[in-house]
Amino acid sequence: MPSLGADMDQGTVVEWLVRPGDTVHKGDIMAVVDTTKAAVEVECFTAGVVQELLVEPGRTVPVGTVLATLAPAESAAEPEPTAQAVPEPRPATQKPAARKPAAAGPQVRKLAAELGVDLATVRGSGKAGAITRADIQQAAERKSKPVPTSGRTKVSPYARRLADELGVDLATITPGGRDGAVHAADIRATAGRPETPRRPQPKRDRVEAMRATTAGLMARSKREIPHYYLTTSVDMFIALEWSHKRNRELPVPDRILPAALLLKATALAAKAVPGFNGHWIDDRFESASTVHLGIAVAMRGGGLAAPAILDASELDLTTLMARLRDLVKRARAGRLRRTEMTSATITVTNLGDLGVDTVHGVIYPPQVALVGFGKVLERPWAVDGLLGVRPIVTATLSADHRVTDGHSGARFLDVLSGRLREPETL
Amino acid sequence: MTPDQARQLVRAELLRIVPDAAIDVIPADADLREELELDSLDFQSFVAQLSERTGHRIDEDDYGHLRTLAGCVEFLATRD
Repeated sequence: MPSLGADMDQGTVVEWLVRPGDTVHKGDIMAVVDTTKAAVEVECFTAGVVQELLVEPGRTVPVGTVLATLAPAESAAEPEPTAQAVPEPRPATQKPAARKPAAAGPQVRKLAAELGVDLATVRGSGKAGAITRADIQQAAERKSKPVPTSGRTKVSPYARRLADELGVDLATITPGGRDGAVHAADIRATAGRPETPRRPQPKRDRVEAMRATTAGLMARSKREIPHYYLTTSVDMFIALEWSHKRNRELPVPDRILPAALLLKATALAAKAVPGFNGHWIDDRFESASTVHLGIAVAMRGGGLAAPAILDASELDLTTLMARLRDLVKRARAGRLRRTEMTSATITVTNLGDLGVDTVHGVIYPPQVALVGFGKVLERPWAVDGLLGVRPIVTATLSADHRVTDGHSGARFLDVLSGRLREPETL
Repeated sequence: MTPDQARQLVRAELLRIVPDAAIDVIPADADLREELELDSLDFQSFVAQLSERTGHRIDEDDYGHLRTLAGCVEFLATRD
């Protein structure tokens, strides 16, 4: 069980995506692991042949537990387990399986959505009652075949949606229609009754778990990290004019948003000024050679994650923009990769879209700096001795005083705003 | 595109971004980004879809017309 974040001490195997005998390559996705933050795809760290899957889906095990054994690809015939799927050093103390009601991996959920199968109506046949892809396929087959009397109740699509909106469990509905199917009227009748058992809301649990994780991490940050804060106002006039002009020739999906300019400028500053890009580990700062830029992403319905855009300082704006879009989309869908969850070397939070002027952010341990951007606001601004109206953004650096002082912090912000004044260098 | 078609398109695209949005209760003149808490990425994806589905080019200078439901409908319905 890999550590998918500084705050993770256990994880639940949701689904295996490989079987014994499968040949896997470095970077292949082997399993989906549920953490309090998200369901995460766990990649294979080496090439080989899967020997044995040691932790069945549904089980929660501590970080460091051996999940599977691999044999080297060349000696595939010999079933000698020579490699652990996960290189963590801790011994494999297995906790008893935490039974989750009808656990279903993201891929299973996706398949269910594609086939129009309501997960709440599916009985999991996997270990610990987990719903497998086979269960979904069977359910979809049952659904598509007209089964008039016995077995599964038919539900009209509208009724299904209504049931979802009203929080009615379809399994509790008695069909009222002549055709034995559940129609909207049945849902409404049930929803009207006060004793209607509401569907369990796994989403809520996720939000609460995420809240608890963020609470733990941020409390640790404020307890351990002596933060200092520096703020500067950056005139975005040139940068926005530049991107506007550039965007005019591009189709909508390829256009650069101001956020991409701010991210790139931050990544370049983190690379240029030492002491802000890296981790505080074992009472000392370990500088990172590449900039993996963490992005604070707010989840719909609550919760926060800060996955990283890898090698952000090396990406051109178009690529950075595409990565950002993809990352935010997957973070909200609960589909992040292990490296994205664990490797951020500095984080950016951009609350400008919510109309906030200034953000004094809390550093994500073990990182040592966080940059916050507020809204780009039209403000009266003196330029060359004349008062004009310019788009201004406030950039705030929260940094760890154990590693740097205000002097370096000021240099960091200076490099950052300098880059934004010369957008062609981004 | 008729105003009704435009309305349906806008509704569908917003629901794609915010699946549980109660779009029918949003006032026609309310700021969509505020009502639905759309960030700049969401808004860009919304515009991209509108552009693709209608086959019309939508420039950044046009974004101002797309701030509200009424604005979106009017903009799309008068494009043809």
